[in-house]
Amino acid sequence: MTAPANFKFLSRQRRVREDRRFVAGKGRYIADINRPDALHVALVHSPHPAAKIVSIDADAALALPGVHYVLTGADLAKAVEPMMNGLDTPHVRRFPLAVGQARYAGEWVAAVVADTRALAEDAAELVNVDYEPLPFVIDGEEAYTPQSAPVHAEHGSNILLDRTFVWGEVEKHFSESEHHLSFRVTWGRNSTVPIETFGVLAAWDPWGETLDVWASIQMPKYADQIARAMRLPGNAVRVHYDVDVGGSYGVKRGIKHTVLVGHLSRLLNRPIRLIEDRLENMRAGDAHGPDRIFDVEVAFNSDGIVRSMKMRALDNAGAYAGRAPFQLGKPIGAIVGPYKIASVQYRAISVTSNKAAQEAVRGFGQAPTNYAIETMMDRVAAHLGLDRIELRRRNFIRADEFPYLIPSGTKYDSGDYHTVVDKVLAHVGYEALIAERDALRARGMLAGIGVAACLEPSGGNSSFEPLLNDKNTTTTWMEACRINVDALGAIAATIHTTSSGQGHETLTSTVIGETLGLDPETIRIVRPDSLASLPGNSPVGSRMAIMLGGAAHLAANKLIDKCKAIGALQFGCAVEDVEYAAGAVSHAASGRKLAWAELVNIAHRNFHLLPEGAQPGLEASHVYQVPTAGDLPTTDGRIQMYPCHSFEFHVVLTAIDPITGKVDLKRYVIGHDCGVVINPHIVKGMTLGGIAHGLGATLMEEFAYDDQGQMMSQTFMDYLLPSSHEVPQVEIVHHCTPSPLTVFGQKGSGESGYLGSPAAISGAINDAVAPFGVRFEKLPIRMTKISDAVAAARSGKA
Amino acid sequence: MKVELTINGATHVADVEARTTLLDCLRDKLGLTGAHAGCEHGVCGACTILVDGEPARSCLMFAAQADGYEITTIEGLAPAPGELSVVQDAFCETHGMQCGYCTPAMILTAHSLLSRNPSPTREDIVEAISGNVCRCTGYGQIIEAVELAARRLAGSNAAEDAR
Amino acid sequence: MKAAAFEYVRPVTLSEACAILRADEDARVIAGGQTLVPMMAMRLARPSRLVDVARLPELAGIADEGAAVSFGAATRQLDAEKSTLVKIKLPLLAAALPWVGHRPTRSRGTVGGSVANADPAAEIPLVLVTLAGEVEFATADGVETCAARDFFTGPMMTALPQDAVLTRVRFPVWSGRVGVGFHEVSTRRSDFAYVSACAQVRFENGVCAQLAVGVGGGVPVPTRLDAVAQALVGTAMSDADIDAALEAPVAALDIMTDHYASTDYRRRVARELAARALRDARDAAIGAAA
Repeated sequence: MTAPANFKFLSRQRRVREDRRFVAGKGRYIADINRPDALHVALVHSPHPAAKIVSIDADAALALPGVHYVLTGADLAKAVEPMMNGLDTPHVRRFPLAVGQARYAGEWVAAVVADTRALAEDAAELVNVDYEPLPFVIDGEEAYTPQSAPVHAEHGSNILLDRTFVWGEVEKHFSESEHHLSFRVTWGRNSTVPIETFGVLAAWDPWGETLDVWASIQMPKYADQIARAMRLPGNAVRVHYDVDVGGSYGVKRGIKHTVLVGHLSRLLNRPIRLIEDRLENMRAGDAHGPDRIFDVEVAFNSDGIVRSMKMRALDNAGAYAGRAPFQLGKPIGAIVGPYKIASVQYRAISVTSNKAAQEAVRGFGQAPTNYAIETMMDRVAAHLGLDRIELRRRNFIRADEFPYLIPSGTKYDSGDYHTVVDKVLAHVGYEALIAERDALRARGMLAGIGVAACLEPSGGNSSFEPLLNDKNTTTTWMEACRINVDALGAIAATIHTTSSGQGHETLTSTVIGETLGLDPETIRIVRPDSLASLPGNSPVGSRMAIMLGGAAHLAANKLIDKCKAIGALQFGCAVEDVEYAAGAVSHAASGRKLAWAELVNIAHRNFHLLPEGAQPGLEASHVYQVPTAGDLPTTDGRIQMYPCHSFEFHVVLTAIDPITGKVDLKRYVIGHDCGVVINPHIVKGMTLGGIAHGLGATLMEEFAYDDQGQMMSQTFMDYLLPSSHEVPQVEIVHHCTPSPLTVFGQKGSGESGYLGSPAAISGAINDAVAPFGVRFEKLPIRMTKISDAVAAARSGKA
Repeated sequence: MKVELTINGATHVADVEARTTLLDCLRDKLGLTGAHAGCEHGVCGACTILVDGEPARSCLMFAAQADGYEITTIEGLAPAPGELSVVQDAFCETHGMQCGYCTPAMILTAHSLLSRNPSPTREDIVEAISGNVCRCTGYGQIIEAVELAARRLAGSNAAEDAR
Repeated sequence: MKAAAFEYVRPVTLSEACAILRADEDARVIAGGQTLVPMMAMRLARPSRLVDVARLPELAGIADEGAAVSFGAATRQLDAEKSTLVKIKLPLLAAALPWVGHRPTRSRGTVGGSVANADPAAEIPLVLVTLAGEVEFATADGVETCAARDFFTGPMMTALPQDAVLTRVRFPVWSGRVGVGFHEVSTRRSDFAYVSACAQVRFENGVCAQLAVGVGGGVPVPTRLDAVAQALVGTAMSDADIDAALEAPVAALDIMTDHYASTDYRRRVARELAARALRDARDAAIGAAA
């Protein structure tokens, strides 16, 4: 591990190379990729939250000139396998189109294929579906009850997962503790809602028997899943990774879309294109996020030390299982947050309901869990009359206690929480901030301060899979890089995934440039298609700085080793005596040196000068295992989840109009420690964007359903994304505690900001309304609700 | 129907349906794919172009309505192939983007702002870009980019069209 | 989200436009299209024919008529916002215009389109009703004038006949110097307002000589509160005067509700925003007089 100051390219304020094409309008997004012979798909969607599909009459649609085909779920189900579930729930069957029964309002019931998208929409209106409405269930707690209408009757109930973990002596710690309290908080259903919807173009080649796929995808094992569902060998599906993805933040998984168009392409022998429109995306893109109720009990002492926690998390997965239940599993890896809580009982419940299906969202369940943990810390502080920050400081893991094993089996790598908090408080001027809040209150505003301290588990692997599904024995979640030096000495390196704004080309070139001591600008990054790719798992779980960065570094080290071996032979010395620096090898004792061009020439042209057993050419690959990964869970449900743990500490001051409820974030400061930073611009952007995303979840974003099971926020006029007016100017206080587990000491940052801002902003609002005896325990906290609650409290007092 | 459009100073003719939006015409008929579809109902701003120098939603205009105006798309901003305008370069300098999807519209909006207001305040910038939703950045580095571009333009003799 | 098919026509004269509209009852007028096009994209509106009136000379221009300023219906909202005449003679409209959508929608959206669409949360109709303006429209039978208070009949509903083209929108100009106030509230600035309120005030000799106040957003149509004006004219418009004057008229408002804002919220905030608008207008009027 090198100290940050010694880096030449790493951690420097260098430009992000991807930006150049984006500012010129030359990004290559899925909608920019077309084939002149492609046909277009529009969807027929269910108007009912639950209904038997009695019949589908497509005659009128097919009669329109330019309409090629109408596919029903029943026909599709005969030709493809059901999509995979994360858990072992074989009777929760899911196909890209509803089969026999629609399970949420908006679900795709039939797909229309036509010459143009507009024509496909015309025809979709003419498909006549006869429905028989069925009982439905929207509320998660209601779905959990045995008498609720079953979403999948064959499954027997709406319960996908109901498992209780007990880590440590929970009952003993509860009985020993001086205080207990309990509360409920609810995380409303929202999502990342990228500005680009999901899109896919699939082209079946009947002569080569291959399916070419271009998609705005962010999905581990995507090609495998398509092949499996379509009953194709894996090497018959070629996913093109050279597609720029217009935002994802977790959700762009697209299996159902891809299986649908893949099947249609094979059936019709034409390229098929499906670009979701915004309505399709919102109501049936199957990309909603966690929808979660937390019941928390906490045991603590008068000095503020939290001894134990019992958490029940009930998540409303929506109509199908997918990977939703796993979003209850990942937070197990940081279930105590940054605190020394000795024991935990965690009950994870996932239920089906007649809402749209859920998908992975930034943080994979960690942001809701952090919101619950941080609310708990605020409540304990309020109960004891302690300052919220002081309470946290008393419970933090100390810097000298790392690596620190938490009750659920994860060892935290490193951290210095107290120092980060100190730095933030010094920066913000905490006493002055309190004075500012009080001055605002004196002027008649509602004003409050919120704080949140939380972790970003990073380096994503999939330990939650074997933890929650006995049949799953996955213990690796590798990432890879290949570096090729051509005969002229130029370097091209590969990455084996699409990117959705994370700057992986910059990451990889920077790491290789740093390792080789060569200018990163000269290193080209390419994305082979899936058939030419090394194994990998795509950018999920804040992993690529750690995993792709690690793979690139270790591949570069292999190149250096080759160069040294060539040098040793030339110098007639031991390999250990050869130095590598900036592309050249040298031998200190003899003063001899071989420059890059000479090394390249030997490798590519002079087999006679290569060491015994060496392969000609100059290339190296590395497939990198997740640090710390490799074990299956223990029988009592303990496992190392992610390897690295970034830390963030938020302080926010809000001023709220007492009548309108309008929330103004007057000051927002975040202390951020993600270890060694590879590109400061990228990390800063992730953090600011994450805070904005969390602000939306806290104040305005919600996929709300009415009593009839209809989703009320299907457009951007109802589902509100924060604009530049609502997002505050954020001040970032940096700290660097390197991870001992990674090649440069780096940790993850892709979920930063988002993991703490809901807790911090909601905490600030609750501080602001506390003088009125009001408390908000459900997100989003709409401004109108703040106004109503304060008005009710005031009239009650009057 | 045929429409004749003036885009980035050149005349283009396209055969469209009456219902073809200007956005779809630019992308599908004229190959100008820098304007992006985000919501297609006028909220997100990813399709923003300039019409007679002012930002406008190309998803809220039909191509048939657009003849006779000076239309500017992101493809019209770079002074030469491979060469960035001052505003484009400033966005690269501060990393005022991530996924790049809202970026062409954001840059056109910034370009328009700086054309009418060479020294905008932070509030002016916030207001100007408030109709362009960015989901990645939280806007911080975008605002910094516009501020940087304003400073650089003030200190240079860059022509109006190089903004 | 592609619109259903339609025919696009761009008549060169107003009478031609009126004739087309009379011949096809499913035809609709388009000018800026900032409200209509999203409705069409979602297929909530599916006109057989769009009659583009944006370039009709009869619908162009901002006219200083002395006691009024009138806008050709196809005047872009952004052009109205940039107009010096508007800033000087219609300060209330000038205060409201920056709240209309975003600059990229104001650059295409028209003054007449905002009035004809009659969204209860729209700013221009609120100012028009508050100032007791009027609209002119033409049909194949000729031109008619309609007072703003009679024009708006419900949410997204007006007295405009199906076959009419809205031609001009006329805002009265008050003589002397006036103060104005405009407030609206929504979760995001520039979204459709939960509630909006505006006021215009003129003072003489330390008392209010002329006053208009209206609320929009939470009500089916923009609503001018004449009783408030009656109560406050002749007073110094103390904060207490204002609160007292608003109490009964706001309580009597027909308030709408939805998932996002309760009836109580809208009534409470309407009272508050009207009070803020009146206070702002008063302070500006006194400042101007002093």
